[in-house]
Amino acid sequence: MAGAAWLVVAFPLLGALILLVGGKRTNAWGHLLGCATIAASFVYGLILFFSTTGQEEAARTSEVSLFSWIPVDQLQVDFGLRIDPLSITFLLLITGVGFLIHVYSIGYMAHEPGENDRRRFFGYFNLFVAAMLILVLGNGFVTLYLGWEGVGLASYLLIGWYTDRPSAATAAKKAFLMNRVGDVGLAIAIFIMFKVVGSTQYTAVFDGVANGAFSSGELVALTLLLLLGACGKSGQFPLQAWLPDAMEGPTPVSALIHAATMVTAGVYLIARSNPIYTASPDGRLVVVIIGAVTLVIGCVIGCAYDDIKKVLAYSTVSQIGYMILAVGLGPFGYALGIMHLLTHGFFKAGLFLGAGSVMHAMNDEVDMRKYGGLARIMPVTFVTFGLGYLALIGVPPFSGFFSKDAIIEAALGQDETWRAWVFGGAALLGAALTAFYMTRLVLMTFFGEKRWKDIKSSDGREFHPHESPSVMTIPMIVLAVGSVGAGAFFAIGDTFTEWLAPTVGVLEESHHHVIPHAVVPWLTVGLSLLGVLLAWLFVGRKRVPLSKPEPVPFPVRAARADLYGNHFNELLIARPGTWLTRALVYIDNKWVDGLVNGTAALLGGSSGRLRRAQTGFVRSYALSMLGGSILLIAALLAVRFA
Amino acid sequence: MSAVLAAAAAEVSTGEAIAFWVLGPVALAGALGMIFARNAVHSALWLVLTMLSLGVMYMVQQAPFLGFVQIIVYTGAVMMLFLFVLMLVGRDSSDSVVEVLRGQRLWATVLGIGIAGLIVGAVSRSLTDVPVENLQQQNAGGANVNNLGKSIFTEYLFPFELTSALLITAAMGAMVLGYLNRHEKGMKRTQKELVEARFRGEYERPSPLPGPGVFATANSVATPALLPDGSVAPESLSRLIDSTASETFSDEIKSVAGTEPGPDAHALTPSTKDTSTTDTKNTEDTEETR
Amino acid sequence: MTPTYYLLLSALLFSIGAVGVLVRRNAIVVFMCIELMLNAVNLTLVTFSRINGKLDGQVMAFFVMVVAAAEVVVGLAIIMSIFRTRRSASVDDSNLLKY
Repeated sequence: MAGAAWLVVAFPLLGALILLVGGKRTNAWGHLLGCATIAASFVYGLILFFSTTGQEEAARTSEVSLFSWIPVDQLQVDFGLRIDPLSITFLLLITGVGFLIHVYSIGYMAHEPGENDRRRFFGYFNLFVAAMLILVLGNGFVTLYLGWEGVGLASYLLIGWYTDRPSAATAAKKAFLMNRVGDVGLAIAIFIMFKVVGSTQYTAVFDGVANGAFSSGELVALTLLLLLGACGKSGQFPLQAWLPDAMEGPTPVSALIHAATMVTAGVYLIARSNPIYTASPDGRLVVVIIGAVTLVIGCVIGCAYDDIKKVLAYSTVSQIGYMILAVGLGPFGYALGIMHLLTHGFFKAGLFLGAGSVMHAMNDEVDMRKYGGLARIMPVTFVTFGLGYLALIGVPPFSGFFSKDAIIEAALGQDETWRAWVFGGAALLGAALTAFYMTRLVLMTFFGEKRWKDIKSSDGREFHPHESPSVMTIPMIVLAVGSVGAGAFFAIGDTFTEWLAPTVGVLEESHHHVIPHAVVPWLTVGLSLLGVLLAWLFVGRKRVPLSKPEPVPFPVRAARADLYGNHFNELLIARPGTWLTRALVYIDNKWVDGLVNGTAALLGGSSGRLRRAQTGFVRSYALSMLGGSILLIAALLAVRFA
Repeated sequence: MSAVLAAAAAEVSTGEAIAFWVLGPVALAGALGMIFARNAVHSALWLVLTMLSLGVMYMVQQAPFLGFVQIIVYTGAVMMLFLFVLMLVGRDSSDSVVEVLRGQRLWATVLGIGIAGLIVGAVSRSLTDVPVENLQQQNAGGANVNNLGKSIFTEYLFPFELTSALLITAAMGAMVLGYLNRHEKGMKRTQKELVEARFRGEYERPSPLPGPGVFATANSVATPALLPDGSVAPESLSRLIDSTASETFSDEIKSVAGTEPGPDAHALTPSTKDTSTTDTKNTEDTEETR
Repeated sequence: MTPTYYLLLSALLFSIGAVGVLVRRNAIVVFMCIELMLNAVNLTLVTFSRINGKLDGQVMAFFVMVVAAAEVVVGLAIIMSIFRTRRSASVDDSNLLKY
């Protein structure tokens, strides 16, 4: 069954090829083809899944070698696919959620300016899915890197989808550049692997780790470099700034690429490299720190924004922080991180689609201060969004509760007490803050007075909110069902962790508890409810002003400025970079070019003066000839008689 | 015996010494005269003097064939060719005194003295006591020409053939450079073209110059033509014969015409002053009538 | 008196010829100066022939004369054609080939 697994990648790739090369001829049925290829991949993924579930643990992993990709002397890279529980999980997530969002896009993109462009959009979307599948299905780090860059390209193309907006172009560029920073880390990590074990295939590298081929220093370097790659792709501190800006793209793109799948590639990378991380506790500590910092940053900033997509984007940053924190816990958390990734994929995609539905109804307005009272007008959107919201803030029995609570428990269950307090505390704080900002979002959007009645949208139209067409609501309903049930389905009876065990190892249970095991879920839920209550006190009770309140205390100001993340980058990297570049340009212009140009000028100038000797008068030439002859004769005589 | 011969051979006879001390200064004088003479023809003649002296020196130095060739071919033919060309390009085109190139004369003199000093110094230093092998043996019985001929046609046959090629090439080159096809288009005008050119105004006047004419008292070219009013036609005055200026003949002309040149009987227009007044009057009249 | 004096005379004549080439502007006179230099060389060759007691020097002088004759013919033809187009025999007037 696994032998034909390349079909999974081939379908969307073929779709992208047809749609992008076919041009306008495919306009009429392009979106249908785009959905059909993903559906085909999804169906094949299901077949793969069911053909492996019943098997023994060892038999669940199989490798398919397709062709020799880069055969250069020592460097032998085979292009192959690795079918194991982890990759099948991702395969199903990507194609399943991807299919739903593709369907949703048919409706969402239908009214985009330039009807023809919907076909190109689906081409890019298929390209993204193909690249993402290569990323998760590849059997080596180079294959992963191919997919890694492929999704980066698709992300770039789709963030910059609205080519008439300078902000979209800037955001696309920013995403691309910050991703490159991370990619450099990943590339260097691959170089180190090749240097040490002479191969970049997963099996060879992990065997090398098991055999002790890597020194501890190399292992730490690998973990940090891979983490750098993960930070770039997943919007983790300090490379988190691009992800909120990426919301410039169409909402389905935000839902699929920048919430459900691509940004979780960093989590996948760390989970996939679990033998390396298991072998390096120091590296894992850094991962945990990064995850904890990011999750708090994301929550704090999320509280301050009024842009519905930005709030969701920072929510994504923070939730991925949870995942990174989880996988940083090592054997205690790999499976939990992946589980949260899956549930998050459902409910965050649903939330984004809901937000897209709201925007669709509100003339593409994203400012929540202009919303309000939409619950009655858009009941389906409200219900599905509300379910996603409950899942995200971790209300039992919705999916987010199971996955997030497990992570918080694992974080609190670390052996060293200070770690347990610090990281567990950060996770708990994050849970409370998440509840706060998400409640704020829901209250501002769906409840309260209809603030949009008296104003017009930025393009001068009046607001006439309406429920979205069924082609958009049905995917939202399906995702809402996932948001509700996925957590329980995965967590109860530990089915998911056992399913993943062949890839990431058996989930270890901590026996060290700073807070009693049974209290943690209550504590989490209690904190979340506290956040909800606070949000109601601050937002729900009062009238929401149409413009941002000013002045505000420092924490809010800082949060509105992304906690100065951009300033931080500007100050620490961009400015010195600019200065260095200027200095180099100066040196290049004045010294290097000066040397070259000076030589040229010297020759040119002296030639210009020597040229004057060419008077055109034969007698001058004869004079110099005679002078030369005299010198010659004098030299000869000097040699002869000296 | 041979030593005696060698010693005898090494000596230079008194007669030759006298000849050298006479001819050497003459040759030097000729050379200096050539470069100092302002007129090119004089330069050529000074050079002839130098060449003749050198020709005699060749004969004195046991090279009679070369001496005669020098006199006959060089002085006789080549220098005459020079003179021919000089006459062709204009013998009176003497050099101007002003030197246009700054420092040219000074440097030329300095370098000339320098090279002379270097060569003289080198020769006098290295060739003080050279044993002289005279050419009596080779030249015995007027065999100089014979031996030269043998040498040229045996040992130097190939260079000799090369010189023949060179001479032919030079002759061809001279012909190509010197040939001027006067019948080529644009070189010489036909009568028709000439007439058209005259009437287009490319020449000073459309008609030929006037001849002595019917009123002439003589048919000499020195006699100017007379116009119908008895005045001298200025075009008929020969530029070459300046002495026949009209002034010389003016009185004679008057007497011949029998009349002082007065107002022109055949003139169809009044004098310029009258013309202008009339014109003004006419214009005024026309204005008044209007 | 030794034949060396002929060589000294020849050196002087050669130098005078060289100076003449440099200072005279009439192309024909320049040519004559070159002839003088050639003649000076011929005198040297004849003198060497005598010093060495062989005729080879005279043969050389003979060839020099031949070459000089050819050179004079071509050179004068060139001067003629230049004069025909530029109405001038001055070497300074042909100075277009310059910077």
